[in-house]
Amino acid sequence: MTRPSPWLLLAAGLVYAFLYLPLAIVVAYSFNDSRLNAEWVGFTLDWYRTLFNDGEMLLAARNSLLIAFTASLSATVLGTLAGMAMHRYRFRFLPFLVITPVAMPEILLGVSLLVFFLQALHLTLGMVSVILAHITFSIGFVAIVVRVRLHGLDEKIFEAARDLGATPWQTFRWVTFPLILPAMAAGMLMAFALSLDDFVITFFTAGVGVSTLPLQIYSMIKIAVTPEVNAVSTLLMLLTLVLVIAASRLDKTFMKGAA
Amino acid sequence: MSRTEAHPEPPALAPGEVRTRWIVSTPPILFLSLFFLAPFLIVLLASFQYPGEFGGLAPLLAQGDSPDHGLTWENYQFFFSDTLFAEIFLKSFLVAALSTLLCLVMAYPVAWLIARSPKGRRDLLVLLVILPFASNFLIRVYAWMIILGPQQALAQGVNWVLSALGQEPVNLLFSPFAVLVGMVYVHLPFMILPLATNLEKHDPLWLDAARDLGATSWQRFWRVTWPLSLPGVFAGSALVFIPVLGMFAIPDILGGTRDMLIGNLIKDQFLGVRDWPFGATLSILLTLAVLGLAGLATWAGKPRRGHD
Repeated sequence: MTRPSPWLLLAAGLVYAFLYLPLAIVVAYSFNDSRLNAEWVGFTLDWYRTLFNDGEMLLAARNSLLIAFTASLSATVLGTLAGMAMHRYRFRFLPFLVITPVAMPEILLGVSLLVFFLQALHLTLGMVSVILAHITFSIGFVAIVVRVRLHGLDEKIFEAARDLGATPWQTFRWVTFPLILPAMAAGMLMAFALSLDDFVITFFTAGVGVSTLPLQIYSMIKIAVTPEVNAVSTLLMLLTLVLVIAASRLDKTFMKGAA
Repeated sequence: MSRTEAHPEPPALAPGEVRTRWIVSTPPILFLSLFFLAPFLIVLLASFQYPGEFGGLAPLLAQGDSPDHGLTWENYQFFFSDTLFAEIFLKSFLVAALSTLLCLVMAYPVAWLIARSPKGRRDLLVLLVILPFASNFLIRVYAWMIILGPQQALAQGVNWVLSALGQEPVNLLFSPFAVLVGMVYVHLPFMILPLATNLEKHDPLWLDAARDLGATSWQRFWRVTWPLSLPGVFAGSALVFIPVLGMFAIPDILGGTRDMLIGNLIKDQFLGVRDWPFGATLSILLTLAVLGLAGLATWAGKPRRGHD
């Protein structure tokens, strides 16, 4: 194997800098003692204080967590079933149903759910519509992680369970479930992170009924930028960092499923 | 589902299995049919309907004295009646193509470094690509709002050079340039990861062989590595091109009023001017474009004989 040339290292290093520098600036300005994100004045924690006294922001955070928890739990149940069905049974249309919502531009799912909720279900947009929308786009991610895990298992284990007289339920409860549990947990963490992060689909399905952290951040960016945005961004980055590391620890196949 | 065939399955499902099959498959199929397939079909139908008097959709069947009911081609005709819409589509394709190209140029060295690194460092380098992209999408866009702002060093430096050259100062933020930077920044990992996965599979012996046969480093890249990496290039390009094509938030935040793309046009029909049928028509046209591109990428990404 040849050593990478210095030019390659330089080019790759510049790209990594391009990936991290903007986020570093956001974090740095969250501690800056100035209303403007323009120059460094001095260190302060005031923006975090402002953040924790901002009622709307706290409500949005609570909503985001509630939505992420409910949606990721439901998506884990449905996504695990979908992953098992895709692995075990040859439904041609199931992969289409599961993968397409993940693969197409988010705005298409957003507007179609908007029309569906208002026109077909006559539902008032709010918490319920957002949760249903988040389940819809999360199922695919859980299903993919679970299916990758099932592909990695030896089919003989299940045959052995059957030969020993286990019912399908017993096989699932005592053989399949413990084996795919790490993948399910990784999928759930991923669904949780995706739900917490989602802006586009939430934007179309939330109406005026409910605000989430990304919606709150969006309106702050559009109307009046203060370093409070930097503070909430920094905290959110920290939270996602923990979630991603936890998910990759839980399941080695997680990263491949994500990519 | 070619992988399923790799595991020999029992010739027929046992009676208990048939029931299990339905218990396992029905909930996700029902849920996704209701919340993904049905909404999509309703949008397809809406694209042939008239707009309602107060937004929304006009009824399909005649009600009272309202003249607009039933189905119509008008929304599609309207799209083709004004070149403005075709221009916005064209501009969106151009932005998507440019973003994809820039992502490719930036992703290649990183993917190459990842692929050529020993196992442990490779995982670290991959994690370092994933981490920033795990932070909130709006935060990553907002970061560029700060960097490109008029009071920042970058804009001041550019304008200092421009004034030295006797040119008018420019605004970096709220410009097509800012939109492009945002698009590349947000989607770069989608290009790096599939490309690295592909490059990892290349046998370094191929390059040694090329070197022994007298190929220069440029020839080794252009005649060996590049053609072999095409499946990764196409996979990554699809993952960048398709989301960029439908993106509305980045032009909304970083672009000016004239940097409208398909996504912004669709958003406006549903939340601004409230012409749902025309918004639905635009959504269907975008879907068709995406399906065409996905088909093209699958076809182009298939390994050819002679490249294997």
